[in-house]
Amino acid sequence: MNKTLTWKLLLIVGTLLVFVYGIFGIPGNFTGAGLVSAITSRIHLGLDLRGGTHLILQVQVNDAVNVDSDNAVATLREQLNQRKIKFDEITKPDPANPDHIMVKGLPAESRSDFLNIVTDRLPEYDASSGAENTYNLAMKPSLLNDLKNKAVSQAIETIRNRIDALGVSEPTIQEHGLGAYQILVQLPGVDDPARVKDIMQSTAMLEIKQALDGPYNTQEEAIAAKGGVLPPDAMLLPATANASGGGDASGQTWYVVSRVAAVSGKDLKHADPGNDQNGAPNVRFQLSNDGGQRFYNFTSAHVNDRLAVVLDNKVREVANIKEPIRDTGEISGHMDENAAKDLATILNSGALPAGIKYLEERTVGPSLGADSIKAGVQAAIVGMMAVLIFMLVYYRGAGINADVALLLNLIILLGFMGYFGAVLTLPGIAGVILTVGMGVDSNVLIFERIREELRNGKTPASAVDQGFSHAWITIVDTHVTTIVSAAILFIFGTGPVRGFATTLTFGLLANLFTAVFVSRVIFDWNLGRKQRGEALSI
Amino acid sequence: MEFFRDANIDFLGKKWYFLAFSLVFSVAGVMSMLFWHGIPLGVDFRGGTLVYVKFSHPPNDSAIRAALDRVGIKNPRLQSYGAASSNEVLIDLAQKENSEQQLDQGKLQIINALETNAPAGKQDLNNTGAPSIKSFLLDRNPMHLGLDADQKYGAQAQAIADYRDKTQGGVLASFDQLKTAADPAVVASISDGYFLSDFSVRNVEIVGPQVGGQLRKQAILATVYSLAGMLVYLGFRFEWIYGIAAVVTVFHDTLITVGAFSLTNTPISLTVIAAILTLIGYSNNDTIVVFDRIRENIKLMRRESLAEIVNRSINQTLSRTILTAGLTFLTVLALFLFGGEVLHGFSLALVIGILIGTYSSIAIAAPILVAYQEWRIEQGKRAIAMPSRKG
Repeated sequence: MNKTLTWKLLLIVGTLLVFVYGIFGIPGNFTGAGLVSAITSRIHLGLDLRGGTHLILQVQVNDAVNVDSDNAVATLREQLNQRKIKFDEITKPDPANPDHIMVKGLPAESRSDFLNIVTDRLPEYDASSGAENTYNLAMKPSLLNDLKNKAVSQAIETIRNRIDALGVSEPTIQEHGLGAYQILVQLPGVDDPARVKDIMQSTAMLEIKQALDGPYNTQEEAIAAKGGVLPPDAMLLPATANASGGGDASGQTWYVVSRVAAVSGKDLKHADPGNDQNGAPNVRFQLSNDGGQRFYNFTSAHVNDRLAVVLDNKVREVANIKEPIRDTGEISGHMDENAAKDLATILNSGALPAGIKYLEERTVGPSLGADSIKAGVQAAIVGMMAVLIFMLVYYRGAGINADVALLLNLIILLGFMGYFGAVLTLPGIAGVILTVGMGVDSNVLIFERIREELRNGKTPASAVDQGFSHAWITIVDTHVTTIVSAAILFIFGTGPVRGFATTLTFGLLANLFTAVFVSRVIFDWNLGRKQRGEALSI
Repeated sequence: MEFFRDANIDFLGKKWYFLAFSLVFSVAGVMSMLFWHGIPLGVDFRGGTLVYVKFSHPPNDSAIRAALDRVGIKNPRLQSYGAASSNEVLIDLAQKENSEQQLDQGKLQIINALETNAPAGKQDLNNTGAPSIKSFLLDRNPMHLGLDADQKYGAQAQAIADYRDKTQGGVLASFDQLKTAADPAVVASISDGYFLSDFSVRNVEIVGPQVGGQLRKQAILATVYSLAGMLVYLGFRFEWIYGIAAVVTVFHDTLITVGAFSLTNTPISLTVIAAILTLIGYSNNDTIVVFDRIRENIKLMRRESLAEIVNRSINQTLSRTILTAGLTFLTVLALFLFGGEVLHGFSLALVIGILIGTYSSIAIAAPILVAYQEWRIEQGKRAIAMPSRKG
């Protein structure tokens, strides 16, 4: 056997070993179960094979913008009042663009003062003048974008914290490319997502505001009591039942509270579930130094007023301020132990900067996952056996070449997946099956050509040579077009479809190596062993 | 063993038969798409709620409808899913609501409605995950364990869930079945605290209208890019008329496949689109093999007409074409027969696609080339320059 052939054979064996390692790593033991666990630690199963939940959420970024512009309005109001500049009103006229602020009725002589205030205190906003003493403020577009994107990344972090606290193994939480401000969450093994969804969705926006008035039984009553219109720095919020420790058991009560919060979730240092003096579950929270100072200032300025503990824009509790409070507080009432634990988790993970809405939910139960694996593997084995047997029967000796190439192809394909950490999905298994079918095409092309050349009277060695060189261009053409197809599928597809594109691509790349190089080496080795004039078994 | 040695069939002569065959199937498909089943869209594209439920007994449609009606779900679409023996039903909520929250409520309502025999205070073992079972066992501590309780009960809970899911298809009929999977004290405790409903939810798909729209857009973009890529590649490797012929062929294949889905009322989901894009690639491959041979023969057979060259090329590649088609068909047939219900649409698309894709390279692509050439000659123009081998 000549030297090049030896090197080529060594290369093939080397490749085989490299990819077998890719599949199994170094298994702890060589029993059946040991091998299976070695494989599953390197090749991950997709949700459709493992069971689990797939969710797509959308972050309502306008919420975050609203918070910022509300603060801007409050600042503006405060500044204008301080400098005794008159104005008619400050509103946010457009709910679709919550960063737009309109100031009406600002006299012409105050114009430069006003613009100074904007540049000094609200540098993120651009001011422009409208008709008749009206000014419009809008956030600078790049800053607006930043704010929105930041809301999304913060949401991702917060959700990640919450899910980690629940102990879900190997979750995926990432930005979802297909749409604006969307997040993809994948929770393997979670087949009842209801509790997880609730925890993820809770904005957990904790705020402590001054309770100006209430409780009222209906919204209308509250507004009427205020003379028909709410003052600009107040808002109306519903209360959870019995928030004031009295009130209406069946209906909802409403409170008028200040718009701007004295202390918010950002100032929270820690929250812990515990029990109040009656033994009922509650949540105790502690504020940071800075937050504690502000809370102290607020409570000192409002002794004998009331404060409202607001969670997710609902008033949970209203209490009298008897004396200044520095840095601890509690949320109590109407929670069971699990709810208290969940609430503490949510508060500790930080508030979601904006609300989230669920757009898509798919849950594959574990029984379906197990059945899918069984079905997929069965189909793969049947398909593979059919092809292997046919090649042997139809091409006899050369059929062995094809079969060896096919088996090596499969090993390389699985090895690729092990190395890249690719995820195997059910369509991915179908991709493996398809690779077998399409891969064997290359062998057929070559063998048919060899048969033709033999018929035309060429010697075996020459026929093999001609067969490979003529078929090569066509093989490249067909593989490139299919791989391009698969690449497009990968770019535009989601989870399971990407799994299909991945196995198809790896399989075809592997096929270029096995069907041409490996098969040729085996032919050459075989030809080297033949006597002169002996026929080629094909 | 060899098929098709020295085949010499006049394929181009039969082109009118081929055209008739294609027309019949195309028209049937289009008629169905327009007037009968329309284009059946899967939940991926139309949005909605799908709940796949497996029962421990053959499901009673009218009982299910009555139960759903009681919670206010009117007119759900019920469909038997999978093999008759698997007792699976697909519950499809007709979606007119636009709010995603309402879609989610649909699933909860269905589950509540179906749990008709729920005794108070007990949970349904058939619809509980291993973590909940573990917490239950930790609470009750039937084996009176100490420090190792967490790990041992975790293992027991997982064993119970695995037994139920991997061997019983997700639905247990009686607690006695657990005797082989878990400790007797544990089984006794479970029988006490849980009940067994007669169903288990296997799969849930909820797609809001926003996502449905996005996925539709993605599918269309992917298809358009695929076709464009093909056209560019073929135009680059051959003459542009070959590219056109290939695109028309692929369009024909897609039309007939989608028509078949319409005729059989099989929903088109994302994986079906993936299958269709794959069969576009496959059909293209097939067409390229024939074109390659034509190009080679044009250089060799300088005195013969294009029609004769094309015929000869097809005959020469016939063996390879039929073999590859046959082998690939074998593998996708294995997928169709054994691959399970989830891949049903996907494997149907491939089965039809492989057959039609192979047929179309011979019956559609080749005749187009020749027809174009003959048209140009008739018009008195020069025959198009025979393409030299590029690349």
